[in-house]
Amino acid sequence: MKSPPFQIKPYGPDALLLEWPKKVDLDILMDILSFQQYLSKNHLAGDAWEFVPVYHSLTVINRTGEAEMEAIAQRLPEWYRSCPEHGGLKTTRWELPVCYEAPFGLDLANTAQRLKITPEALVEMHSGRDYRVYGIGFLPGFLYLGGIPEALQIPRREEPRLKVPRGSVGLAGLQTGVYPQESPGGWHIIGNCPVPLFDAHKDPPCLVSPGDQIRFRSVSKGEYELHKLEGEVGIYNYKKGSSHAQDS
Amino acid sequence: MLRILRTGFFTSLQDRGRFHYRHFGVPVSGAMDQIALDRANALLENDPDAAALEITMQGPELEFTEPTFIVLSGASLEARLGEDPLEMNRVYPVAAGAVLTCGHVMEGLRTYISVKGGFLSEPILGSRSQYYPVTSERSLLKGSTLPYEACEEFSPKLLKVSSPGYFKEQELRVFPGPDFELLTERQLQQLFETEFSVSKEHDRMACQITPSIEGIGTNIITSATLPGTVQLTPAGTLIILMRDGQTTGGYPRILQLDSHSLDLMGQKRFGDRIRFRRA
Repeated sequence: MKSPPFQIKPYGPDALLLEWPKKVDLDILMDILSFQQYLSKNHLAGDAWEFVPVYHSLTVINRTGEAEMEAIAQRLPEWYRSCPEHGGLKTTRWELPVCYEAPFGLDLANTAQRLKITPEALVEMHSGRDYRVYGIGFLPGFLYLGGIPEALQIPRREEPRLKVPRGSVGLAGLQTGVYPQESPGGWHIIGNCPVPLFDAHKDPPCLVSPGDQIRFRSVSKGEYELHKLEGEVGIYNYKKGSSHAQDS
Repeated sequence: MLRILRTGFFTSLQDRGRFHYRHFGVPVSGAMDQIALDRANALLENDPDAAALEITMQGPELEFTEPTFIVLSGASLEARLGEDPLEMNRVYPVAAGAVLTCGHVMEGLRTYISVKGGFLSEPILGSRSQYYPVTSERSLLKGSTLPYEACEEFSPKLLKVSSPGYFKEQELRVFPGPDFELLTERQLQQLFETEFSVSKEHDRMACQITPSIEGIGTNIITSATLPGTVQLTPAGTLIILMRDGQTTGGYPRILQLDSHSLDLMGQKRFGDRIRFRRA
């Protein structure tokens, strides 16, 4: 009999926080996502329930104000035991174009210097790998990505910028990511992604889900302009990295 | 339709909120004082999900191009329909072409203006609540219009209700947040024995309160936050997340307000006193 690896913490009258061991770990993320999927299809189905998975926790929220959260907390371990392991969880790999050239990579040269590598090596390392989406939050469509190599870990900027342009690709600590809209920000800006990750007029508004993988592809300014247009018109192919079919 | 002749300080369209998109980083939004929104919708016999204008501090000037019925609820404010002064929490008929002129909010912070049937802007992700960038604007702009359905005949079952008068309450009922266990004896004492006041840093996203208390040095791994979550920063600042609050955060979540207290916080302004009490 598998015992639940999470602690259940009360979170006010209408929510519970399920907390797995405190680490950023792919097995934990997948366990969280499959349990969420199982709950939303079986025991906590319907309009009244919402789930927010991020890194090592799953928050379960009821909007009616009438759920017996204590009773639910008591049944969660038993529900976890009946949940099939990583059952039928589908994740997708997305490819996002990034132009690392000026004027987009505002901090590229400086960041490379501080990391004691060349800008070219930085770009190659940043774009040459898959990052896992550990959750979406902070701003609509902001992805928390895991999988930054040690050589690219750098503390946040000492002076945050008041305005970071939309699409900016940033680097800070264990995190990298794309600013989905213009906002203040303290990350080192190394490039810009021309295609939108969030569109409120689509449902779901964000293509990417927690558990998915992201790969950044280094593109020239010319390709940047093309992909920007494709993004605006809505024909950018996020799975293939282009609107043109490359495989048949 | 409704034409915005003057916007006031900050006037936005709000309903009960946008649910089921938090895992994409979309805040719930919705009326800051939902008790007030519910009263207005109830008097007009509207669907409880009907959208109303939320006014902050200083009211707008509005023209109604079609006949309807309106209710003002929430914080009391000076308002005239044509030349006639209006009472709060009372149903009034509005003729086509009438102009509603609002002044300052007198007690509380946020007033709601509802029409029969609610305002009928296009819902986005299941809600009409304004929140940028989900909606194209964060508040109503001068000269913009909002559709509603004309209504000439309506006999309300109840013409008016008395004002609820909770705006003066100072006690916030709180539950332990998920990171409550990180608090020391001294921090607990500070939390439950201090009279706090609302700082200038308060809006639809978050409300900071002063004085600060002893901070928590431990960082947590980013995890979900809710409207009504109280965060404690390493510097000891207490932040109450409000309806437009971010969906995730990295500061310890030490307390969680009950829904009445969250509505009450929506009516608190700079300098107002508050206390925490265990629910």
